[in-house]
Amino acid sequence: MAAVNLPRALRDGVLGAVVAAALALPMLGFRLVDSSQALTLGFRFDWVLWAALVVGIGRFLLSLSRDALPGRLPALALPNWGERFPKARLYLGWGLAGFAIVLPFLPFADRSLVDKATLVLIYVMLGWGLNIVVGLAGLLDLGFVAFYAVGAYSYALLATKLDLSFWLCLPLAGLFAAGFGVALGFPVLRLRGDYLAIVTLGFGEIVRVILQNWQDFTNGPAGISAIPRPTLFGLTFTANAPAGKTTFADYFGLEFSGDHRVIFLYFIILALALFTNLFTLRIRRLPIGRAWEALREDEIACRSLGLNPTTIKLSAFATGAMFAGFAGSFFATRQGFISPESFTFIESAVILAIVVLGGMGSQIGVVLAALLLVGLPEWFRELQQYRMLAFGGAMVLIMLWKPSGLLSHRAPTIRLGKEKAA
Amino acid sequence: MSPTPLLQVEHVTMRFGGLFAVNDLSFTARPRQITAIIGPNGAGKTTLFNCITGFYKPQVGRITLHQDQGPVYLERLDDFDIAKKARVGRTFQNIRLFARMSVLENLIVAQHNALMRASVFSLAGLLGLARYSKAEKLGTDKARYWLNKVGLLHLADEDAGSLPYGSQRRLEIARAMCIDPLLLCLDEPAAGLNPRESQELNTLLTGIRDEHGIGLLLIEHDMSVVMGISDWVVVLDYGRKIAAGNPAEIRADEAVIRAYLGEPDEAEA
Repeated sequence: MAAVNLPRALRDGVLGAVVAAALALPMLGFRLVDSSQALTLGFRFDWVLWAALVVGIGRFLLSLSRDALPGRLPALALPNWGERFPKARLYLGWGLAGFAIVLPFLPFADRSLVDKATLVLIYVMLGWGLNIVVGLAGLLDLGFVAFYAVGAYSYALLATKLDLSFWLCLPLAGLFAAGFGVALGFPVLRLRGDYLAIVTLGFGEIVRVILQNWQDFTNGPAGISAIPRPTLFGLTFTANAPAGKTTFADYFGLEFSGDHRVIFLYFIILALALFTNLFTLRIRRLPIGRAWEALREDEIACRSLGLNPTTIKLSAFATGAMFAGFAGSFFATRQGFISPESFTFIESAVILAIVVLGGMGSQIGVVLAALLLVGLPEWFRELQQYRMLAFGGAMVLIMLWKPSGLLSHRAPTIRLGKEKAA
Repeated sequence: MSPTPLLQVEHVTMRFGGLFAVNDLSFTARPRQITAIIGPNGAGKTTLFNCITGFYKPQVGRITLHQDQGPVYLERLDDFDIAKKARVGRTFQNIRLFARMSVLENLIVAQHNALMRASVFSLAGLLGLARYSKAEKLGTDKARYWLNKVGLLHLADEDAGSLPYGSQRRLEIARAMCIDPLLLCLDEPAAGLNPRESQELNTLLTGIRDEHGIGLLLIEHDMSVVMGISDWVVVLDYGRKIAAGNPAEIRADEAVIRAYLGEPDEAEA
């Protein structure tokens, strides 16, 4: 073991303490106190002191033991499950799908669990949609929530103003969102990477701001309420049937329970998500899917082979947006109320984080990441204001351990395999 | 020599600001021949390639590809249409493979337009119709043929980016051949190859010329390749053509020797 470098450790510790104090002074040192009369400024310099001490001592110890520590964080014990067990991923996929289908009937599945699972599935579906744009086509999209919003408002407006049913609005919402995808696609055709990210970020904000300010059409910040719930072939999930309708409970001779609707919604989103997944798995093996991936790898080479980047990019934007539109209209019908509040930038960031964390282009990775990023924070609501802190910390750790995402192995979409000898 | 040329470059000028990268250049390349473009660094060879394949649009001049159906004016087409409609294939000086896709996938992507038609813009493919799987089978057969040709069949399912340098060069040529080109433009295919690999490359290129009847346009610094296999050599210097002829003529040409070795009277002074 190398000799302990005490002066260096001391210097690092003091420096760390000073930086921590400088940062903590504005962030922890002052707080607004809401007294009955007015807001007053409170001080808690003891917190600043503690923060500086903790960081200083921590840095000192870290510095002391640095030579004893390995140079980098150790890799996880199972560095690449996908590569080591190619079949495992298939079984895991079927296992997860099977589990998702029986979940509502398991003894421990109460109403709140099914509700949380529904929320996770919305994000799984959004993640799969964005995965087409970011993971396959390599177009970094920070405004994905815009398409989600378009889908949600399409359904809400069509249903409340024109009285159309959910099942009719669902494809329409997908179409509208895909149309917006193409509309966004045109101006950004020439952009890549960081520049594309900035423009899509702006696009997401534009959509939100329009929703917020177009009072006559979208009802502005107050949002749209009393959005109709979906029916099962005309059977409603209410306690008392509206005129001319039958309730689900009456039809099947069951006692009315609010759980029926929750489970019904769960199965709708499960079906939508599985459809998204099947579609993606299938299209990856088609020329257009391979062209998306080729475009991600090298656009100039694509051009030299006669691939038209315009149509390929637009189709990727449109397809991804379509699934966000489906998810959006489901979100609207589940909540019964939507407002621009639900479609802020943080939603785009969470969806993107799901895709990146899962391993770009990996379908099961998205499921695991959605469970981690949406599921866990829901269960750990007790952490309250530290929730986002824990969330951020977990992301940093995962990206340090697995920089290319949880499941990053990519299997070829076509193989010669045994035919090679032929 | 056959009377109609395959490629006709007439008075092409490509300017970047005040710099004439290609200056009033005219030459022809014939079908079933290997035409080499040589010249010192910065002579405008790659710029010329980019003009022919549509990545640059020349300010002046006309570039004509003579197909059986009639002439196609390349300077009027988008780069991807030059590959798709005029059927001019190319490779790049700094290899551009789809690194994280498999070797086979690289060759399948090259057949995108044919497969896209067969999949009826993905509809038939999504529904799993036989029409598409049959087309994909044909595409795989073509890929297998070219993999065998360039000696990469056993690596078909590996990532393209994991191949050694020489294999990547050959794969890029195979990929360009999968678009069924009439003219294949190769930008320094022998760069970074060892003598044995460069010998294999010669066999491959003459094979493409003789068996498939394709015209090749070749930028190359490796004189063993240029002199060994080319039927016609065009020499550029400062964007202008300074000589053209068969390899023996070029070897003896005064202007070419001056361009490569400098002015002899300067050396004497």
